[in-house]
Amino acid sequence: MTATPGEPVLECSGISKSFGEHAAVTGLAFSVAPGETYGLLGPNGAGKTTTISMIAGLLEPDAGEIRLAGEPMNPDATHTKRLVGLVPQDLAIYPDLDAVENLEFFGQLQGMKGAELERRVAEVLDIIELTDRAQDRTEHYSGGMKRRLNIGVGLLHRPTLLILDEPTVGVDPQSRNAILDSVERLGEEGMAVLYTTHYMEEAERLCDRIGIVDQGKLIAEGTQADLIRIVGQRDRLTLTATGSLAATASALGELEAVDDAGVSGDEVVLIVDRAHDHLPRILEIAARTGSMVKSVNVDSADLESVFLKLTGRALRE
Amino acid sequence: MGAAWTIARKDLKQRLRDRSAYIIGIVAPLGLALVFGFVLNPLSGFEFEGRFVVADLDRGSVSRAFVEGVLGGIDGIEVIEVDTAAEAETLVDTEVSPLGGTEGIETADAAIIFPVGFSADVQSERPVTIQVIGNQGSETEAGIAVAMVEGYASELTAVRVAVATVENLVGAEVDRLATGVEVLQTPNPVTVRDDTASTKQLDGVTFYAAGMAIFFLFFTVQSGITGLLEERRTGTMSRLLSSPISRTSVLGGKMLSAFLVGLVSMAVLFVATTIAVDADWGPPLGVVLLVLAAIVAAIGIVSIIAGFARSEEQATAFGSMIGMVLGFLGGTFFDVSQAGGLLASLRFLSPHGWFMQGLADLRSDDLTVVVVPVLAMLAFGLVTGAIGVSRLRKGLRP
Repeated sequence: MTATPGEPVLECSGISKSFGEHAAVTGLAFSVAPGETYGLLGPNGAGKTTTISMIAGLLEPDAGEIRLAGEPMNPDATHTKRLVGLVPQDLAIYPDLDAVENLEFFGQLQGMKGAELERRVAEVLDIIELTDRAQDRTEHYSGGMKRRLNIGVGLLHRPTLLILDEPTVGVDPQSRNAILDSVERLGEEGMAVLYTTHYMEEAERLCDRIGIVDQGKLIAEGTQADLIRIVGQRDRLTLTATGSLAATASALGELEAVDDAGVSGDEVVLIVDRAHDHLPRILEIAARTGSMVKSVNVDSADLESVFLKLTGRALRE
Repeated sequence: MGAAWTIARKDLKQRLRDRSAYIIGIVAPLGLALVFGFVLNPLSGFEFEGRFVVADLDRGSVSRAFVEGVLGGIDGIEVIEVDTAAEAETLVDTEVSPLGGTEGIETADAAIIFPVGFSADVQSERPVTIQVIGNQGSETEAGIAVAMVEGYASELTAVRVAVATVENLVGAEVDRLATGVEVLQTPNPVTVRDDTASTKQLDGVTFYAAGMAIFFLFFTVQSGITGLLEERRTGTMSRLLSSPISRTSVLGGKMLSAFLVGLVSMAVLFVATTIAVDADWGPPLGVVLLVLAAIVAAIGIVSIIAGFARSEEQATAFGSMIGMVLGFLGGTFFDVSQAGGLLASLRFLSPHGWFMQGLADLRSDDLTVVVVPVLAMLAFGLVTGAIGVSRLRKGLRP
């Protein structure tokens, strides 16, 4: 069962999910085309994991519908689940089994067996570059190796849609780069990928289209270029400072050239039209409002700017 | 079933690599059973042997019935007859015994002296005395001699009552002596099967082997079921639930692995205690039925605990507490069936109690006696299991 030409691999229509009084996801709607890498970008707690839990058939939506290759998905839709390869945020592998045993076990649950399973396990071990350590128990692996195996399990049965939930959290830069390379290759090979992250750079590097999620809602969607058009050609100016950052941000927000101003940690982040032209005035206001500026950084518009523009908050708050 | 078996196989592979599983499932129960077994083994192999010297100064029918009919009919008792009371007393006095090492005959354990005219006195209802002299170095054997003589005296009293009753009924004189001896030597037409608890007790070694096995079975099975909560904690549950298998398969796999681990643990303990400490569990078929039912009960109870627990740690803590309570209540550490009263009745609130009772009942070699204990344990398992599975199924989430 695969998506027919023109038909989206994944189609979410107005899905919602609440836990008690807390609405984790509200009316989310988006689709993923065959071969597309779609990014769900949002801060922690935005509802990304709840969304993919519903898409993977782990949770039942309270409202709305999810279709994979035209088939409805819910926790009892065992047939539809074959289309999905889930790579959870937590390491979903058994530490007391080796890589081969882990892959074989999850492969058998996918209905694979015999020579086909054996061949595919060898292929995946090659893809994730763990062939040399295949017989070692995974408890002896480094964090990056475990992450790679975690992805390998998701790939094993050649799913129509691979779902990766923040796969680089807690990974060293070298392993992170290897993981991103792998995901890029999968996209190039035509696998549809749904990738959640709160790292703007990952979404920019990997994703054909990006949906920005905040407080359970999809607040913007499009290609990176589409999204940046939302903020125009404005710059992102970051003041690293100490003192009354909130007061400074509030005062700077009053300037005509400043579109948005927010505080993230020890930084005041501004979306400014032609930031260099207004820098002296901005520094003067910062000093007057009680902030001691340690450094200034000006970037051209990016997804972080878009998020700030749309929510008034920095992505990593 | 295929997916459940795949999950069970994976779990078994993990258990085989988990040292704590060996400790809980085999080492701890076997160790305790062996310790208790070695302590109790001397009693388990007990066979009575005694040497009694008899001075039958009466030589009448009643005294001869005891010497030849009672003492002569017991394996392990050697009877030495002497002509005088003095000879008998000498033989039980270790310091003066002329039959010591020099003549290759050891001293006697007890001397039994029937006085002159004993049989006639019994007939005439005059008070009679049978003297028993114990060897100071053979307290147990001497005590048994006293018990046997007391038992015979009681029988004689009963015969005398019976004879008196016949006289009253027929209104004629009866040859009391002849009738009494005849009655003593006639097999009782009524066979009384002693069904009291004491005759259906497990010997000490078997009691502790079985008790420790069933006690630790609950802990062994627990690790299998709480594996569901462990999968949730470690994150692998999300992967299981996103696989194209039913939730029933996930649950079934866990229960199957718990069942198999429990079965292997019980089988190892059965064989090991039988070989190592000569435990006698009873007819294998009956034991197998009891073990299978006990495993079902254990899985059911552990399932309900896991179903209501919020975390793996909570399930383990509750499971341990309930396992201990049921174990003590069911008499796995001491035989509560002998305590009588409420405590003896309360043991049937525990599958452990039914298991131990089933094994005790198997002493009769009648397999049908396990039906009630097996059904009781299955009822425990199915009722608690139904609630537990329902809760666990609802709680299956990433």
